[in-house]
Amino acid sequence: MLRYTVLRVLGAIPTLLLVIVLAFLMVHAAPGGPFDDERVLPPEIEANIAKKYHLDEPLHRQFLRYLGGVVQGDLGPSYSYRDHTVSELIGGALPLSLHLGALAMLLSLIVGVTAGTAAALRKNTVLDRTVMALAMTGISIPVFVVAPVLVLVLAVYLQWLPAGWSGNAGGARYLLPVVSLALPQIAYIARLTRASMIDVLASDFIRTARAQGLGTIAIVRYHALKPAMLPVLSYMGPAVAAILTGSVVVEEIFGIPGLGQLFVRGALNRDYTLVLGIVIFYATLIILLNLLVDILYAVIDPRVRQR
Amino acid sequence: MSLLQVDGLTIRYGDNEVVRDLSFAIEAGESVGVVGESGSGKSQMALAVLGLLPGNAVTNGSVLLNGTEVLNASEKTLNGLRARHMALVFQDPMQALNPFVRIGAQLRVILTTHNLASGREADARVLDMLQRVGLPDPERQFRAYPHQLSGGMRQRAMIASALIAAPELLIADEPTTALDVTVQAQILELLEEIRRDTTLLLITHDLGIIAGHCERMLVLEQGRLVESGTTIDIFASPQHEHTAALIDAAPRLDRGDVLSAVAGNEVLQLCNVSVSYDERNGDSLQAVRNLSLSVSAGETVAVVGESGSGKTSLVRAALGLVPLQSGRVLFCGEELGGLVQSRPIAMRRDLQLVFQDPAGSLNPQMRVASIVDEPLLVHERGLSSEERQKQVAAMLDRVGLDASYRARFPHELSGGQAQRVAIARALILKPKVLVCDEAVAALDGSVRKEILALLGDAQKDGGLAIVFITHDLAVVRAISHRVLVMYMGRLVELADCASLYSRAQHPYTKALLDAVPTPDPAAAGGTVSLSGEVPSILSPPSGCAFHPRCRFAKDICRAELPLPRIVNGSIVACHRAEEISL
Repeated sequence: MLRYTVLRVLGAIPTLLLVIVLAFLMVHAAPGGPFDDERVLPPEIEANIAKKYHLDEPLHRQFLRYLGGVVQGDLGPSYSYRDHTVSELIGGALPLSLHLGALAMLLSLIVGVTAGTAAALRKNTVLDRTVMALAMTGISIPVFVVAPVLVLVLAVYLQWLPAGWSGNAGGARYLLPVVSLALPQIAYIARLTRASMIDVLASDFIRTARAQGLGTIAIVRYHALKPAMLPVLSYMGPAVAAILTGSVVVEEIFGIPGLGQLFVRGALNRDYTLVLGIVIFYATLIILLNLLVDILYAVIDPRVRQR
Repeated sequence: MSLLQVDGLTIRYGDNEVVRDLSFAIEAGESVGVVGESGSGKSQMALAVLGLLPGNAVTNGSVLLNGTEVLNASEKTLNGLRARHMALVFQDPMQALNPFVRIGAQLRVILTTHNLASGREADARVLDMLQRVGLPDPERQFRAYPHQLSGGMRQRAMIASALIAAPELLIADEPTTALDVTVQAQILELLEEIRRDTTLLLITHDLGIIAGHCERMLVLEQGRLVESGTTIDIFASPQHEHTAALIDAAPRLDRGDVLSAVAGNEVLQLCNVSVSYDERNGDSLQAVRNLSLSVSAGETVAVVGESGSGKTSLVRAALGLVPLQSGRVLFCGEELGGLVQSRPIAMRRDLQLVFQDPAGSLNPQMRVASIVDEPLLVHERGLSSEERQKQVAAMLDRVGLDASYRARFPHELSGGQAQRVAIARALILKPKVLVCDEAVAALDGSVRKEILALLGDAQKDGGLAIVFITHDLAVVRAISHRVLVMYMGRLVELADCASLYSRAQHPYTKALLDAVPTPDPAAAGGTVSLSGEVPSILSPPSGCAFHPRCRFAKDICRAELPLPRIVNGSIVACHRAEEISL
């Protein structure tokens, strides 16, 4: 198990390196530079700035310099938020985003698994069809539509919830962003759970459990839930990626000063190092979470452990 | 009042009646056997009693357990009866036990949901039950997952889960069919013990099991009860022709002629063959070790062994389907190169193979005629399509399939018919050696008999040599000239059929023979002569691999590997072959 984990971590390094190279090249291929402005600077000053940030060096030297920093955990200075390093900026914005993301994930799992299980147990009934229709809707509507519509209805018309990220709204301000982030994931997880639960409920060992006189709830709780969760677990990696992507939009819409907003600002300001830093951070996060999922897989399924 | 009273039970799926107007009663304390071939409705009947039929099944009639109607009863009523009053042991414990849940937890939840025990008391009762069904080291099995148990231990755990709530009626549906023969004998002994204080309904296709373990029996044919009565009476004088046919088709160890040895030119020779597989973790699995065997034209050699004995690996290596680790394979004196891909096409046609699962070995997209034609397309390129068609038709005719089968797809065939097609495909090239890998294991008794007869006929026509792999010594007797018994990759005994059955030289051969249930109530009651199960092939015991299970084992058996040598005309690998009397 340990050997497997170490091997998987080592295997992630080339992937991460590839992400860094691609992101670096793409950022540098974008037209314009971080210090281009409507106000044209005198050439000497421009050269000075370029020299300070090593932008006058050839691309490969810049890359190696950057990579050297990344290895030591230094993502470089921000070009637009002067006096701050990228690591500081990420560290500052991260807790809020993490909070939102974790809440969204938790909500998706609880609601998705419950709805999916209920649909599976009442297969081909009105309940099942309703859940699946709602799930299909949830998957089809993108987050940049869901979020404004929720704001319009619940915050503007009904005035039940705050529209933005106002400090005096307390915990209520989390509600709309978290729900907007979670909705598509709830839908996916409900569909996945339903499908795998139906499969599991048809297996021989469930028939054994029925022969033993176990009721539906006991069967789901003791026999079916664990195996039915395997496909959902596999989806956790992509789900985290989807929530990260969603948070870029949601944080912008609700005005939340998190990592997503920082990312958008960085891109708009052509802040090379900030954008690169966040991309690398996201990539690392997703790779690590996928690794965690694989390890959890072995925890749930004892047969995987032996191999 | 009878414990179980079935009246006019009919089970239908659409227009298909799988159980028709079935009536019988079982009194408390009885042990009743239900026998029938596949499709006779015996398992459906069991599921109906437990209320486990799928939703699309339509039932009529009545099933009373202790006077309570269970047919179409509410789930609540059923759950009140299941486990505490009736329980079911399923055929394949690998499928029937939950692979994700520890054995102890699976048993414990039965006690807790029925409010029979909780906490420490529940744990204690589970441990006690695991002990009662003969699981060694119950504390360890309590924490184990099903895949960590051997097949026999898994079935013991399954039986423990059925007995934990002390039901009055225990239904066992083919409880030993998925097990090796020596393990089957152990499980049957356990059931024998259980039936002393529980009513047992034992469903099986194996008349030998009924003969040894049931006082009364019911015979089902296509959903109908054709005969019922005491086991002794029915075996002595079956009233219904189907019962007579079943008894007749049951292979017996103690009856019938055996074929005498064939002398002649050796077509296939295996010299010191070893086969090993590399495991993913770097270990290697030694499937076959230093085994030599030669097969003559016109001869049938049976290769017998329990699962993991290496019998399939041996013949796969001969066919070039797996690489040889060492040793040589000679065909008509000529050395066959390693894997089949490297052998000349012309050489491949002389060695043909028939698999265990007939349906799985036929391409579902192809019609029967094309399946049988395919080898000709490869090996007989000169033939015109009319000529090929003629050969295919003649071959299908020979295996007993008339013209109407030519255009069918494999899913439109029964198991026996599909196996006939597979045999036709193998024989159409007129091979010199035919390898049958458990070719009749998946078939019903009567069909099995027909297929064995077909193979016998194929041999009579020419000098076909047959290597017949099986785990069932009873099947072997009727068709083979010589028998090779394998254990953990090594030769145990190689003998003429006649001498093997009359005077086995190796304790393992003797144990295999003893373990086969005899379909005769008078002769039944064989004792279990072998304890334990086959050890892991990854860590074979020292010396003679069989010594941990052998009651004759001495120090030399633990220390030294017995080499095959000739004892009384047979080849035996046992240090004590001459001293012991079996």
